[in-house]
Amino acid sequence: MSGAPLLAVHHATRRFGAVTALDDVSLEVAAGEVLALLGDNGAGKSTLIKCISGVLRLHSGTIEIDGRPASISSPAAARSSGIETVYQDLALFDNLNPIDNFFAGRELAGPRWLPHGLRVLRRGEMKSTTGEVVRRLQVTLPDLDGVVGLLSGGQRQAVAVARAAAFASRLVILDEPTAALGVRESRQVLDMILRLRDEGKGVIVISHAMDHVIEVADRAIVLRRGRKVGEMVPSEETHRDIVALIVGGGRVSPS
Amino acid sequence: MESSRSPDSPAGPAGSPAERPGPDTPGPGRGPEPTGGVLVLTLWGLRAGPALMLAGVVLAATLSTPLFMTTGNIGNVLDASATIAVLGIGQLLVIITRGIDLSVGSTVALGSVIGAILFDHHAGGALVIAAMLAVGAAVGIANGLVFVYGRVPHPFIVTLASLSIVRGLALLLSHGEPKFGMPGAVLFLGGESIGWFPHSAFVLAAIAVLGAVLLGKLVWGRWIYAVGGNPEAARRTGIPRNRVIVSVYVLSGLAAGVAAILTAGRTASGSPDFGDLAELDAIAAVIIGGAAFAGGRGHVGNALVGALTIGIIRNVLNLLNVSAFYQMIVIGVAILMAVEIDVIRGRVEERFRVRRGELLS
Repeated sequence: MSGAPLLAVHHATRRFGAVTALDDVSLEVAAGEVLALLGDNGAGKSTLIKCISGVLRLHSGTIEIDGRPASISSPAAARSSGIETVYQDLALFDNLNPIDNFFAGRELAGPRWLPHGLRVLRRGEMKSTTGEVVRRLQVTLPDLDGVVGLLSGGQRQAVAVARAAAFASRLVILDEPTAALGVRESRQVLDMILRLRDEGKGVIVISHAMDHVIEVADRAIVLRRGRKVGEMVPSEETHRDIVALIVGGGRVSPS
Repeated sequence: MESSRSPDSPAGPAGSPAERPGPDTPGPGRGPEPTGGVLVLTLWGLRAGPALMLAGVVLAATLSTPLFMTTGNIGNVLDASATIAVLGIGQLLVIITRGIDLSVGSTVALGSVIGAILFDHHAGGALVIAAMLAVGAAVGIANGLVFVYGRVPHPFIVTLASLSIVRGLALLLSHGEPKFGMPGAVLFLGGESIGWFPHSAFVLAAIAVLGAVLLGKLVWGRWIYAVGGNPEAARRTGIPRNRVIVSVYVLSGLAAGVAAILTAGRTASGSPDFGDLAELDAIAAVIIGGAAFAGGRGHVGNALVGALTIGIIRNVLNLLNVSAFYQMIVIGVAILMAVEIDVIRGRVEERFRVRRGELLS
């Protein structure tokens, strides 16, 4: 936790018409830290990560990367800042193999004097790079040449996370990475998150699965109706408090 | 749907409900290997289905008439299939992106008519050929731009409109009459042969190589597949989706320009009637060849196999003096068979996916 945080969001506000989806929210993520973003449906979690990943723009507030103000005006800008996002729909190409999925839109190809589209793919290089990432993150895939559409849900999630991990130099954002997975498949994804952390990357995880949050997250931020209502270290002891914060009951309302 | 989630029907007797968390114990008693092997074999056979169907058609043709396997007739088949195959390769690119191009038949007519008019005004071979290709590219650009930037819901509508508009232009410019006369270069490409081997087959081979390189080797080709596989993800990953979509209609139009050259060369004329229903032959070739109509999957070999299958079916029924009405019926049946093979392939792949997921997890 020395020096500037990898990502800092200050006083983020975003409105949709009359609705304030995000109201003066601040957060920080350090290198090698897993931050959980918690909240009920409509709490503003998705809006927040969309602002960080360049899909939406903030109406007020600032984002800093490595202590320097950053303008994340598009998904491409976020990616070139080293931020990769895995949305719930995974954005995979079912008709392509994991290698082509990894490199879609940023294919390794040459020669450089040709326009990008006319360059010849460097298949060998792409395959070995994909193989390295898959090994490093210990993803079990049947083979790299079969299309992603023939993989199981967990394997598809793993491909999407590995793709993000391969290109994220700073931060990986995961939206409900275990929501559709079984126990065993969730395990693989959680292990990948921990490995990313160990590699010194920052990770933001949105999840409803409290046991997963308690296991992998170093810190948790709770949003409710667009506001930040709590920040704590998730553990078995704070489990109840966190849930109370999320649903907004607890001490406040006697229901 | 029904039982694909419980893929243990072959292993059923061994697996009591208590043992259900089977994936944990992939060892004894379950014996999925033979089933996996059978699945792999079935899949292989289904994927090769179109090629096997072509082989069957060739065999049947050879057995049913001695006229089929003669060099002269094979030349005829190649020449007749070349135009369909060239259009099919263009159509394939469009279909991979989940699109369709109904305008190519009309484009063949307009290209040939404009070529004939230019020749009438003493244009040379190079100019006539360039003009026919330009007509194709122009129709393609118009199709692509109107579809993408006019936000028309489906390319079927755009290209249905241009099918009509372009055919109308060909009729207008030609006053509804065929125009005879083509420059030597066009006759050379579309009408001449080396012995029995038609030059049009060389033209097709060149187009096929270009198509295969594009789809298999170039970044552009990856983008075409990516756009067909998941248009929204393509946009999010920074692939220039709109430009890719426009490009496939331009390439399909160019292929129609090439088909115009071949047709004009074969007949030494330009006519507003050329290419009538050729767009349906092209689509049929792609489907019979085994590419996915839903997009995302297919290669040049599919278009070639499909075009040859259609060409041979027509040829052999002609040789046998079977009425042309039957030809249409047979080709329709071939389309249905190809699609059914594809449906079954999809199901077996799903079974395979579930099975493999079990084995690995």
